[in-house]
Amino acid sequence: MTYLSKPKLFRPDTPKNALGYTRRDYEGAISTLCAGCGHDSISAAIVQACFDLDIEPHRVAKLSGIGCSSKTPDYFLGNSHGFNSVHGRMPSVLTGAALANRDLIYLGVSGDGDSASIGIGQFAHAMRRGVNMTYIVENNGVYGLTKGQFSATTDKGSKSKRGVVNNDSPIDLVALALQLGASYVARSFSGDKEQLIPLIKGALHHRGPAFIDVISPCVTFNNHPGSTKSYDYVREHNEAVNRLDVILPRDPIGASYAPGSLRRIVQHDGSVLHLRKLGEDYDPSDRIGAMNHLQERHALGEIVTGLLYVDGSAEDMHRHLNTVEKPLNQLRDAYLCPGSKALDALNASLR
Amino acid sequence: MKPTNIGAPDYFHKVVDCQWACPAHTPVPEYIRLVAAGRYSDAYMINWESNVFPGILGRVCDRPCEPACRRGRVDKEPVAICRLKRVAADLKDDIRPLLPVAKQTNGRRIACIGAGPASLTVARDLAVMGYEITVFDGGHSAGGMMRSQIPKFRLPDQVIDEECDYIIGLGVKTRFNHWVTSLKATLAEGWDAVFVGTGAPRGRDADLPGRQEAAAQIHVGIDWLSKVAFGHVTSISKRVIVLGGGNTAMDCCRSARRLGGDDVKVVVRSGYDEMKASPWEKEDAVHEGIPILNFLVPKSFVHEQGKLTGVMFEKVHAEYDAKGRRSLLPTGEADVLMECDEVLVAIGQENTFPWIERDIGLDFDKWGMPVLDAKTLQSTLPKVFFGGDAALGPKNIITAVAQGHDAAISIDLFCKGKNLQERLPPLVNLVSQKMGIHEWSYDNQVSEEERKKVPTKALASALKDIKIELELGFDPHLACAEAERCLNCDIETVFTAKTCIECDACVDICPTECISFVDNGEEDDLRGRLKAPATNRDQEIYVADGLKTGRIMAKDENICLHCGMCAERCPTGAWDMQKFLLKLAHAGAEVRRT
Repeated sequence: MTYLSKPKLFRPDTPKNALGYTRRDYEGAISTLCAGCGHDSISAAIVQACFDLDIEPHRVAKLSGIGCSSKTPDYFLGNSHGFNSVHGRMPSVLTGAALANRDLIYLGVSGDGDSASIGIGQFAHAMRRGVNMTYIVENNGVYGLTKGQFSATTDKGSKSKRGVVNNDSPIDLVALALQLGASYVARSFSGDKEQLIPLIKGALHHRGPAFIDVISPCVTFNNHPGSTKSYDYVREHNEAVNRLDVILPRDPIGASYAPGSLRRIVQHDGSVLHLRKLGEDYDPSDRIGAMNHLQERHALGEIVTGLLYVDGSAEDMHRHLNTVEKPLNQLRDAYLCPGSKALDALNASLR
Repeated sequence: MKPTNIGAPDYFHKVVDCQWACPAHTPVPEYIRLVAAGRYSDAYMINWESNVFPGILGRVCDRPCEPACRRGRVDKEPVAICRLKRVAADLKDDIRPLLPVAKQTNGRRIACIGAGPASLTVARDLAVMGYEITVFDGGHSAGGMMRSQIPKFRLPDQVIDEECDYIIGLGVKTRFNHWVTSLKATLAEGWDAVFVGTGAPRGRDADLPGRQEAAAQIHVGIDWLSKVAFGHVTSISKRVIVLGGGNTAMDCCRSARRLGGDDVKVVVRSGYDEMKASPWEKEDAVHEGIPILNFLVPKSFVHEQGKLTGVMFEKVHAEYDAKGRRSLLPTGEADVLMECDEVLVAIGQENTFPWIERDIGLDFDKWGMPVLDAKTLQSTLPKVFFGGDAALGPKNIITAVAQGHDAAISIDLFCKGKNLQERLPPLVNLVSQKMGIHEWSYDNQVSEEERKKVPTKALASALKDIKIELELGFDPHLACAEAERCLNCDIETVFTAKTCIECDACVDICPTECISFVDNGEEDDLRGRLKAPATNRDQEIYVADGLKTGRIMAKDENICLHCGMCAERCPTGAWDMQKFLLKLAHAGAEVRRT
């Protein structure tokens, strides 16, 4: 199969963002995933989010592990830093990068195999350490690259394409993230960009570990009746708790909302999360309530989506470790090697 | 919005902007692909069937297709459609074996008056069917205004000869050097039908003070061009002013430049952009060092005892009223005198029918034009049909050809005693172009090349001889590169809602953001809610319903690149690329049995 690259011609009236870039400037190489893969929609959502937020491409570092999902950073943000790491090891490579240079925006892209199986330990520790990152799991419940075996997030009782029933209990990465201390936790669906794009924007503006579990149907191996991660099943069982609008400090005050229908959460950088309530009252600042809601709804066979938990004033690993403000590569010799007098003073203080 | 009926012949036809804009509806992308493939004879024959004069039109067509070309909306310039047609004509093999052979005579005799493009089209369409055609013309050979008014440096005689001979070779009889002076007398000869394709032969004159006195140095443009074409005029004075802003004015000034005019100017009433001449013809004139001066209205011809010394102009500016109508108002500045030795007046053409008696039952309207049925081109004298500039006023060659086809259908129906209004619709077909995964029967990679310039002779030598053709035409490499710029708008995106799983793959991949899945609404509302607002109201929105979520698929046809990416990324084949073929039913077409 040959893949033609996307034609470079674009609409003459194509909008430009504050940096003068078009949406196309945030794209990457042509995707070589199967046609119709949910992951491509997530890539498109990331492109749209970064375009909307006027993010300078060189300020983003995108890291991934192994798998279909981990291939996708090649397909978006072609002008950003990238690191395709070892299977399941994206979180530790990203943690190292974040420690060395806190000025970049870190975007970790992983899949259910990469994060819930081989890399579950890495996932857990990145969450609990409070690494300042956006962690997106492109969750299709199946090992696509190895022809469709059940993954660790496959629901118990769901069927493979060939009719085999999965008897193992699923790992819910959202529940884990909530428990392990992630300070921005969301779930979404690749087929609902209206919901997904603002969630990514909010995560990119969040300080601390922001985790988004995106259910992303695998059209080749997991989009059939009996699957709980097919386009049809997710659409039928999707229970969104809220709708998010991310308001940046520069944005004009726009739509007005009916009293009580909106919840405002201010993040550390001044960005405001406007959460429009849907249906019953849901409190996204209540971690335990979120965990309970998740379990209750899961028991009913529903897929809870939306911004499930957020702590706008969360702190991150740099604060915990009291690291230096400047990226390490900008520290000059004089600072790194302050001389014998400083050493003497240090030694004296320890005597 | 209601779901689009893609089965209606017009829907996809409109998407093929070039074919839709062409009066003869030539299947442009189809022949451009053949040019790219080096199949020049096949490309030529597609043109020949549709527009009869590919070699001529490939040089001098008014090209309504090019301003319509979709490429012009997404790129700097449209595809050089016209010059690719010329490539087919230049590089073809001997196509005579491919030409149809006239059927045995059916005994019907048709007279075509005038040997221009309209008459010759009628002759070709009907001769093939077995009609006995006789073409009358006052000139000594066929071609009409294509031969008499278009300068040879744009259209050499041998090109006209070749393509007229293909038609005459079908057994068409010719009566050249025969000026028809009476339609009444012609009708008395017992023709089954008479076709009038006599053009718009009278050039409008500038009736200004000094016109009569200095008549020797003031010429009506088209008459002068015709004298030049036949070698009766071979030189002109050094300083020439051409009045008028149409294509005839451009031909006049460029001819004058080649016949000794060193200081040739074109002076136009209107502004540069509003001039009637095609943009490329204006550019060609400017390229040959001819200034075009705008917003100057001629007031008088200045002369000394009958010898022209110049033209006096009034300076004007354009003002537009609330309805957008323009009026040219004096600026109040002093009049301008431009000195010159000769003037060419190219300010329009008119019809004139002195040879048609007004008492034979053929009605004329108050502007002196024959009263016609616009569809059938039949006059109030049922046996007499009109076409070309003679029918509905001066237009261009390709319109004349289209009218010739229409008149031929009418004449055929008339001779068979059938209802002239009952005409066959075009033949349309849609065929999938899928050859495999990511494989199509057309080259769907969108070329990023810029429009290719046609190589020309060096200007210095080209200006020395009016008979030297300036343009050399594309060579095969340039032709292929230019042909690859065609977006293949006839390869249509066809959507099947029932197989769509709404995965958004097409939405994400579309390079021009044409595709949206949204809630339905009224057109105005919907156009604003698409992924990219659809602001071009001339272009349709392709709407399909029947999706599981209850949304609709809405595709803005405006700047779809027809790259097939949506179909390549579609996991279920809900999008398919299908070739749309539209063939007009020409005279003699029959309903196909299926």
